[in-house]
Amino acid sequence: MHIDLFLTCVNDALFPATGQATVRLLERLGHRVNFNPAQTCCGQMHLNTGYREDALHLIRKFVRDFRDSEVVVTPSGSCAAMVRELYPEAAQWAGDDELLRDVEALAPRVFELSELLVNKLGVTDVGAYYPHRVTYHPTCHAMRALRVGDAPLQLLRNVRGMTLVELEGANECCGFGGTFAVKNPDVSAAMLTDKARHIMNTGAEACTAGDNSCLLHIGGGLHRLRSGTRTVHLAEILASTEEEVFA
Amino acid sequence: MSDHGGLHPAQPFPEAAREQVVRAQLRANLRKVTHTIREKRANVVGELPQWEQLRTLGAATKDASLANLSDRLLQLEQSVKARGGHVHWARDAQEAREIVARIAAAHGARELIKVKSITSDEIELNRALEERGIHAIETDLAELIVQLSHDRPSHILVPAIHRNRAEIQALFNAELPGEGELPDDPAALAAAARRYLRHKFLTTKMAVSGANFAIAETGTVCVVESEGNGRMCVTLPEVLVSIMGIEKVLETWEDISVFMELLPRSSTAERMNPYNSFWSGVTPGDGPQEFHLVLLDNGRTNVLADDFGRQTLRCIRCSACLNVCPVYERAGGHAYGSVYPGPIGAILTPQLLGMHDKNANTLPGASSLCGACYDVCPVKINIPQVLIYLRSEANLQKGLTAEALAMKGMKFVMSEGWRFEGALELARVGQGPLVHGDAITSLPGPLAGWTQVRDLKPFPKEGFRDWWRNRPAPVDAAPPAIVQKAEEGPVPPQKKEGGQFDAEPPREDTL
Ligand code: SF4
Repeated sequence: MHIDLFLTCVNDALFPATGQATVRLLERLGHRVNFNPAQTCCGQMHLNTGYREDALHLIRKFVRDFRDSEVVVTPSGSCAAMVRELYPEAAQWAGDDELLRDVEALAPRVFELSELLVNKLGVTDVGAYYPHRVTYHPTCHAMRALRVGDAPLQLLRNVRGMTLVELEGANECCGFGGTFAVKNPDVSAAMLTDKARHIMNTGAEACTAGDNSCLLHIGGGLHRLRSGTRTVHLAEILASTEEEVFA
Repeated sequence: MSDHGGLHPAQPFPEAAREQVVRAQLRANLRKVTHTIREKRANVVGELPQWEQLRTLGAATKDASLANLSDRLLQLEQSVKARGGHVHWARDAQEAREIVARIAAAHGARELIKVKSITSDEIELNRALEERGIHAIETDLAELIVQLSHDRPSHILVPAIHRNRAEIQALFNAELPGEGELPDDPAALAAAARRYLRHKFLTTKMAVSGANFAIAETGTVCVVESEGNGRMCVTLPEVLVSIMGIEKVLETWEDISVFMELLPRSSTAERMNPYNSFWSGVTPGDGPQEFHLVLLDNGRTNVLADDFGRQTLRCIRCSACLNVCPVYERAGGHAYGSVYPGPIGAILTPQLLGMHDKNANTLPGASSLCGACYDVCPVKINIPQVLIYLRSEANLQKGLTAEALAMKGMKFVMSEGWRFEGALELARVGQGPLVHGDAITSLPGPLAGWTQVRDLKPFPKEGFRDWWRNRPAPVDAAPPAIVQKAEEGPVPPQKKEGGQFDAEPPREDTL
C-alpha cells in the first residue's frame, strides 16, 4: 500500500527518531512510504488555543498537501483526532462548505499509527523486539476521540523480550493539553505529578504512548524529577528488531 | 444586564486555581469523593445496554425543546396559569430577586425555607433577601453546611465536597441552636441537622425551590432529590416560589421519562432518585395554596442564539462532568469563581456573561481537552468542542495580544514546508544558551510555565527531513519474513486480574 506519512510539527521539530521508526516499520511490513516535504502542521495548536482563522489557514494547507493520498498515517493520536474530529467542526464554524466537503472526503483516510496497523491492516505482530520493562499510557485523544481501544496494547503484547507493566490511573489525562500546560501551569503540574508518580510506581524503565506531545510533557516531568525513567514513542518500540539490537 | 449575581468569577481561572491546587486536604477530599462517584456511575451506567441510545434521545429531546423555546415557554405559562399558578418573567438576576422579594414582602415573611437550587445561587437570592431582612434557610444538608459556614458551594451535587467531617462537627457545635456538644459521628451530625430542619419545615410559611424540569403541556414542575427536604419544601409551606432557567422546559409528560433514567445514574449514581416531586399549579386544600414560577433568562437567550454554543443549554446539571474532570479534581469548584464549576461551568458561565468578560473568558482555557466530560455527559454536550469554539470567541474579543502575534508568527512559519525547516535550523543554533546538559531547564517569558515543573528536550542535531533526503531509496520490502515471524505465536502479556491488559485477546490477522 502507498502510505503518506504526516510527521506532525512536534515530531518534525523534536522527535525525528519517531518519524524514522514509522517509516522503517511500515517499509518492513511491505508498504511504500512517502513524505511530502510541503507538509508542516495540522493546526491543532492554533485551533485549540482559540485562533480559528490561523488554524483554518493550516487546515486548508493540510487538505492541499494530502488530498491525493490513498492513506495518511501519523504517529500522533491528537493530530489524527484533529483531522477527523475537529476539521469538520472548524469548517462549519467558518461556514466554508467547500472546505467541509474536502475535509469529509479526506478525514476517513487519515489514521493514527496503531489504528492503521491493527484496524486497517490487520497486523498485531510486527516482529518487534524490545528487551525492556515498559508501561503504556493511553493518550486522551487516541482513547476518547479516535477510540483506538486496545490496538496499541495488542501491538505491544506481541513485542518480544518486553515486559509490559500495568499503569495505575492509566486512563487519566497527563495534564499536557497543548498550551494548557503553559497557560494553566499549576493545574497541569498537579496532573503531571500524579501521572509521574504512577509511572515511577510501576518500576518501568520506559513509558510509552502513541503521541510525543504527551510524552514530551511526561518525559519532561520525569527528567526534572531525576526519575531515571525514559519515555519512548510506540513507533520506536515497534520498529526495533532483534537484528538491530544485536547488530 | 444590571447584575451578574453568583455567576461572575472574581479572578481569572489560572490565578484562582494556583491558590487551590496546593491545599492538600482539599485535594484529598476532592479525589476521594469524585473517584467514588465516578466508579459508581460507571457501574450503574454499565447496567443499561441502551445507554448510548438514551443519551442520543436525551440530547434530541432537549434540542427539540430548545428549537421552539419561546413557544414552549408561552405554553408553559398558559398551563401553569390554568392550574392556578402565577408566572413571572425575569430578564436578569436583579429582576428575579425583586420578584421573589416582592412575594415575600406581600406575605410579611421574615424567614423562608429553600431546597437546594443553583439557579437561586446564580441570582444570589439569599444575600438579596437578607438585605431586606428576610432570612433564607437552606434545607439540603450540604447546602446548609455551606450556608452556616458563610462559604460558597463548590460542586453542583455535593456543595460541601471540600469540607471534611471535623470541620462540620465544629460548625454544627457553633451554629445549631440547642444541640450542645455533638460527637464526631456522621449519623449524630445528620440527626442534629434533621432536628433543626424539621422545626423549620413545620413553622415556615414560604419556600423557594429550583426546578429540574418543567412540562409545558401540563404546567408541571419537577424537583428530583435524595434527602426528601425538597419534598418538604414543596408540600408544607403555604406559598411556594420556584425559580427555573428557561432552558429547563420540556414539551410533554413523556419527554421526562428519558431524563428519569439519565439523570439519577449520571448524578448520584443511583438507578432512581429517592424523591421525585411533581406539582402542577395549586390544589385546594393540599400543598401550597399559592404558587409562583419565575422564568429566568439571565443570558440564556444569548446562548440560544449561538448555533455552536447552544448545545450547552441541554445541560441537566447532573454534575457527571465535574466528577470525571482532572482539572476540577485538582483545582476544586471555587477556582471557577462561579456557581457553575467544572467543565459545564467552563462553557456555561462565559456564555451567560458574554465572551467579553475578562475573568470568565479564562474559563474555556480551564481544560486539557481530555474529553472525559463528553464521554459521560448524559445529553451528549460535546464540551471539548464547545471549549475550543469559545476560546476563539474569547480571543476575538481580546484583539491583537502578544499571544495572537506569536500564533500569527507560527502560522507564517508553518505556511510552507521549507520555511518551517529553515526555522528549525535556526532554532537548533539559537537554543544553545538555553541548553544545560541534555535539557532546557528554564524558559523565558510566557513559556516559563512549561519549565516550572518540567524540563524540555532540546532540538535534535539531525532533523527528520535531512535523514529522509539522504537515505538510500528503499527497495521493495518482502513482507513474508514478518508473516513467518508472526506464526511463531504472540508473547503473552504481563497482566493483573481485571486490569487494562485484560481486553480482548490478540487478533489473529496477517498482512
Ligand atoms: S454538561 Fe452534561 S455531564 Fe455536565 S452537568 Fe450538564 S448534563 Fe451533566
